[in-house]
Amino acid sequence: MTESSQDDNIEVLTYSEIESVEGFVGNFDVTIRKKARSVDMSRCTGCGECVQKCPTKVPSEFDMELGKRKAIYTPFAQAVPNVPVIDRDHCLKFIKDKCGICQKVCPAEAIDYEQKDELITRKFGAIVVATGFSLFDWTVYEEYGGGRYKDVVTGLHFERMLDTSGPTEGKVIRPSDGKEVKQIVFVQCVGSRDEAKGVPYCSRVCCMYTAKQTILMKDHFPDSQSYVFYIDIRAAGKNYEEFVKRAQRESGTTYIRGRVSKIYDKGDKLVVQGADTLAGERVEIEADLVVLATAVVPNPDAVELAKMLNIPYDQYGFYTEAHPKLQPVESVTQGIFLTGSCQFPKDIPDSVATTGAAAVRACGIFSNDELTIEPKIAWVDAEKCSGCFNCMEACPFDAIIGEEFNGRTVARVQESICHGCGNCAATCRTKAVNVRGFSDEQIYAQIEAPFMETGEKEAEVA
Amino acid sequence: MPEILNREDIHTFKELILSLTGEDVSRCIQCGKCSSGCPIAYEMTHLPNQIIRFIQLNMQEKALASNSFWLCAVCETCSVRCPENIDIAGIMDALRKISRQRGVKAGDTKIARFNEIFLDSIKKNGRVFELGLVMKYNMATVQPFKDASLGPAMLSKGKLKLSADKIEDQAPVKSAFEKSKPFIEAKSKE
Repeated sequence: MTESSQDDNIEVLTYSEIESVEGFVGNFDVTIRKKARSVDMSRCTGCGECVQKCPTKVPSEFDMELGKRKAIYTPFAQAVPNVPVIDRDHCLKFIKDKCGICQKVCPAEAIDYEQKDELITRKFGAIVVATGFSLFDWTVYEEYGGGRYKDVVTGLHFERMLDTSGPTEGKVIRPSDGKEVKQIVFVQCVGSRDEAKGVPYCSRVCCMYTAKQTILMKDHFPDSQSYVFYIDIRAAGKNYEEFVKRAQRESGTTYIRGRVSKIYDKGDKLVVQGADTLAGERVEIEADLVVLATAVVPNPDAVELAKMLNIPYDQYGFYTEAHPKLQPVESVTQGIFLTGSCQFPKDIPDSVATTGAAAVRACGIFSNDELTIEPKIAWVDAEKCSGCFNCMEACPFDAIIGEEFNGRTVARVQESICHGCGNCAATCRTKAVNVRGFSDEQIYAQIEAPFMETGEKEAEVA
Repeated sequence: MPEILNREDIHTFKELILSLTGEDVSRCIQCGKCSSGCPIAYEMTHLPNQIIRFIQLNMQEKALASNSFWLCAVCETCSVRCPENIDIAGIMDALRKISRQRGVKAGDTKIARFNEIFLDSIKKNGRVFELGLVMKYNMATVQPFKDASLGPAMLSKGKLKLSADKIEDQAPVKSAFEKSKPFIEAKSKE
């Protein structure tokens, strides 16, 4: 990230959001809201004095609320750029008009409480969507405590605990009482592969990160014991199967084939009630900590962004590729590319690979002086067009614009946006719009052909 | 002897269950959550997920010889927690029906006996006569004094009555028994 922020050809706009996207491939007009961070980026040196002196502590989102951050903060140590932001919902200056310590201590006079959101509009040739994913809200599982037990956490909480520069400095402890963890249970498919309460698909990454977490657990705490409740181990990838074997053989992780039915508390322990379908026995484990592998789901605002970009999405809210096998990183809308888990759950190697592919595909567009498009697209016969613009309403790609013709405003199809779906042709009252290759005459001719007598057909040809 | 699977009837049992309950066991991914939470599973010869597996593989005799569906208390914990929304308790009920219809010897004959005495009591009175039920059942299973020690305490608290209570309108009970005749009258081959 640091490298790309220093590249002359790359401009990184952090703390910014897309407001609107107009135009088409090669000519996207994107309006970006640069949110007010209340710190002047051109002055700030990143010394961190303000963060140190800020008196307000807030649960840290990055540390899954296991630790605290200040009201003026950088989300994590390696964040780019190294410029803090003021959290206006918690900063005393904004909620009570008090404090103002950060402004007093800043040697560069970079703190600006008056800063406002800034809207900028830029032209882009192509867009790569890499907005990532969210995690399933597992608290719908009442049988797992529904969030009542502090020692039932997600894989991401556990990941933060393992980090030596994280909130627990690498110690795996129980969030409830800070005690050491000896017996730990990992539960797979929490939300995944569950049509009743979660999502029907497999989240693809949990099997591997859980295996990694059990290996690290044994590594850091040799007298700990990990158990994994799984339905199927999905370790398809280079060296993946071997990695899971390593967890089982070298780290002593015990894999139990069955889904957990219930988690309840007994004294200060948690009882995990499961079954091993291979042994045909029910099992119970008294655990100090339970780690849930929660499902990968689309971002809550994924659909909103899809509508802004005019790209299709599936029933879950993942963005749809133009072709699942042959165009895996292209969206149906020309000039917009997809990568990472905004498309479907992907692990790191897959995300890196698809990102490279999407970037190269975008460069492919730029290397041509002219674009090749599909020939079967719509066109408007301006003589016939009455200018009602019903077609404009019907077009799912916003490809139709108004144009002057003999003193009237008529419809025109922008060729580079049109996909030839034919909605406009079906809607047009004056039959002015046709899809090339599928005009009414051509379709009627196709229908009539099979019913013609042989002689007739020959006469037609002649 | 291995179970022989073949294309002619591999789906037969599955389809029978589908027609009786509307539940398609092909949906089951064998995650085992039903078995994990079942409060009766420790007494069962087969876990609930294994019963579903027998149905998936058309192992009809194996499934019907099990005591699992007779022991099922229909608490529906399995049905509520099933990630595929399969009503496992409903399937257990269907297995009881099939077992009766085919006259299969129940995996646990005591349960079948209990059910018969229980239903007799309902048929006669429209509701259960607890004392009569317990006495008849314990006699039938040759354990006459099994629950005798509980009697006095329950009588003094009014939990047991010495004579049977009949409900006022017997007609609906009669018609219910009429409708379920094929299941009730088929006695298991004991």
